[in-house]
Amino acid sequence: MAEQAARGAVLAMRGVSKTFGGVKALDDVSFTVRPGEVHCLAGENGSGKSTVIKIATGVYTADPGAGIEIAGQSVAAPTPGLARRLGIAVIWQDLALFPEMTVAENIGFEALLGARPKPVARRRMRETAARVLARLGVALDPDAPLRSLPIAKRQIVAIARALVGEARLIFMDEPTASLTQAETDHLLEIVRSLSASGVAVVFVSHRLAEVLEVSSAVTVLRDGRLVGVFPTEGMTQSRLTELMTGQTFDSAVAARDRSAAPPVLELTGLTREGEYADIDLTIRKGEILGITGLIGAGRTELGHTLFGMTRPDRGEIRLDGKPVRFRSNGQAIRAGISYVSEDRLSLGLIQPQSIADNLSLTVLDRLLTAGLISPARKASLVDRWIRELTVKIGTPADPVATLSGGNQQRIVLAKWLATEPRLLVLDAPTVGVDVGARAGIFAIIRRLAEQGLAILLISDEAPEVYFNADRVLHMAGGRIVGHYDPRATTLAELEQAVYA
Amino acid sequence: MRRLINANATEFWLILVIFALGLFLSLTTEQFFTLVNFTDLLNTSAVNLIFAMGLVVVLIAGAIDISFAVAASVVQYVAALALMALGGGNWVLGFLIAGACGIALGAVNAALIHHFRIISIVVTIATFNVFFGLLMFFTRGVSIYNLPGWWSDRIILWEYETASGAWAEITLPVLVMVFAVIATWLLISHSSTGRQLYAYGDNPEAARRIGISPGAVQYIAFGWLGLMLGIAGLMQVNYAQEVVPNALFGRELDVLAAVVLGGARLGGGRGTVLGCVLGVLLIAITENGLNLLGVSPYAFKMVVGGIILAAITLSNLSLESLAGRRP
Repeated sequence: MAEQAARGAVLAMRGVSKTFGGVKALDDVSFTVRPGEVHCLAGENGSGKSTVIKIATGVYTADPGAGIEIAGQSVAAPTPGLARRLGIAVIWQDLALFPEMTVAENIGFEALLGARPKPVARRRMRETAARVLARLGVALDPDAPLRSLPIAKRQIVAIARALVGEARLIFMDEPTASLTQAETDHLLEIVRSLSASGVAVVFVSHRLAEVLEVSSAVTVLRDGRLVGVFPTEGMTQSRLTELMTGQTFDSAVAARDRSAAPPVLELTGLTREGEYADIDLTIRKGEILGITGLIGAGRTELGHTLFGMTRPDRGEIRLDGKPVRFRSNGQAIRAGISYVSEDRLSLGLIQPQSIADNLSLTVLDRLLTAGLISPARKASLVDRWIRELTVKIGTPADPVATLSGGNQQRIVLAKWLATEPRLLVLDAPTVGVDVGARAGIFAIIRRLAEQGLAILLISDEAPEVYFNADRVLHMAGGRIVGHYDPRATTLAELEQAVYA
Repeated sequence: MRRLINANATEFWLILVIFALGLFLSLTTEQFFTLVNFTDLLNTSAVNLIFAMGLVVVLIAGAIDISFAVAASVVQYVAALALMALGGGNWVLGFLIAGACGIALGAVNAALIHHFRIISIVVTIATFNVFFGLLMFFTRGVSIYNLPGWWSDRIILWEYETASGAWAEITLPVLVMVFAVIATWLLISHSSTGRQLYAYGDNPEAARRIGISPGAVQYIAFGWLGLMLGIAGLMQVNYAQEVVPNALFGRELDVLAAVVLGGARLGGGRGTVLGCVLGVLLIAITENGLNLLGVSPYAFKMVVGGIILAAITLSNLSLESLAGRRP
């Protein structure tokens, strides 16, 4: 049966293992991709997805005993050059492009490789670029510097580069992570047309909805082992989550009625030109208010204003019934507002610094004894929050960068909770966090609400707010266009409103 | 046209500024707009521009070099001693020895950067001190005046007696400079090797994944700078007619300023030959102008520093706003 599947496959890997310094990153994994198929590689962070990609493309060499066939040829150990010649291309998550160079040079860089100097054939590169872009049905100026393009267009350039080498199989590692819904739709359209023209695509994504929409089969990995290969037909998101994590999650609506509690934050007619307009909302003590909508709906901008980073043009913000005007986020923090930013990796944490330093950064002034930071008070603060949020760490002196996405997110939360806020603004709290760890994060968020914290939960994933918030607002074009009570609405209705 | 300006905003601004400055100096001084002054400008800028042609390649590849001017002094000494040992030598031998010594010193920097994974500024600050220390130690600061005639005699390629009786001359270093400029332009704009250097300076990790060898990049970039510094050292002797151990000390910052003024970025991936030529010219014209205006030479550095700050701030602003993007 396995032999049968491997015949005619564009890539067939059998019994692949990879050990890094005694740790088995991959254990006896098989992975087969047929021509023209869209195949999804699913698994949590650390499950071995990227190791599979790196072995198939020759970045890593598999442990002895593996069988790798590319386009019917048995390849003992692919090198990057050999894999490329045999038609395997990768679009890395960071795209690996050259911002200062032109679109044509980025697409046709293959022609510039090689140790021996040769003249640069600019016209031929431009023609190559134009031909490939035409195949993708995208119009881009081949002479524009790449840095002048938005991220979605750069993604197209990365795909175009892969197609120049007549790729038969393209790996796409988290291609939609920084795209808007419309851009994602366009990308999925391109994936489908590549597939129709016989190019196989292996899709790696955290967004399960997308995975199920575009692929015909899914290979699931967990802890470096193969869970199985499944057809996407009949597969559901919750089943896929179970396969990836090995746990079952009950996705029940957690909404409660908090209308009797006193309001913490009230906004009336809040407007900032070009960002959002006429925002009226109330968040009560112990309430989780969800705001969802597409990227660019003005959600994050509203969050920035609440945190004092921008000033509204009109309207009123009231905190505990008293009107407030913040001139800086320092004032907002002192007033009891915390904001967990969207871009945790670059803005939320100082990656090379220790867990303890990161966690105590917001409250250094409370740790002073005679004008100096008291190590004892700092240690007890760190200790308390690590326990409270059940963060898995080695020691508090380890750099934050050594933690997993879910644990990093907990450190960000802890850092803000240490300021003892009354209102917590969470912007996309699960970006880059595994499905399994998400449940843990939301359990913490709900527990915080039970303790009386008012929470504004901003997310572009409608299910996330649907299952976790007490009430849901839908934002579009900078305005609130819909109110939903999860107990009286189905998820399908909400998704229809947001995404359609 | 508009796109041409957008893509070369730095060069465009430099041309405008040079033009405006030239116009101002032509109106306020009698000597600026004369053939003699122009040929003087070329003769005095030639060595700096040859240095700049080497340095810009290193900057494009994402590195920096502080040691090249001092290295050129080392090359001058080694070449002078070697040529005298060989009984005087000639131009061919001079170019071979100076070029080879320069490349060897560049390779020392590249090796330290690549094999010991030390960042280039740290490596070259160290080699700057080592080179200069060795030079002063072994020479005891003594200059060499009895150089072979072919080397120290001025070679006038073209001359013209103006109406006022002054001679406008073009000397050998200018011709060598033209060759260095053309060769560097061919390397970085028209060879696959040059584009690989740009790619590596722009995004080293992406370049590595696509199959560009980081080691080769360092050796090529520093090797090219080595070749240029060797030639520049040779030409500086021809211009000054003596070998003085600390003659080039401090020159590295002047050249670096001119190259950065010309649009090269310290982060790598950006820089052009035209930008370097204009950067070196602008600084030379400014010094020349201040001189003609009778400003004290002590004010030169201050004014040049101010111009560099102003020009880089303005060109960065306009470049980024034209491209519709913040840095």
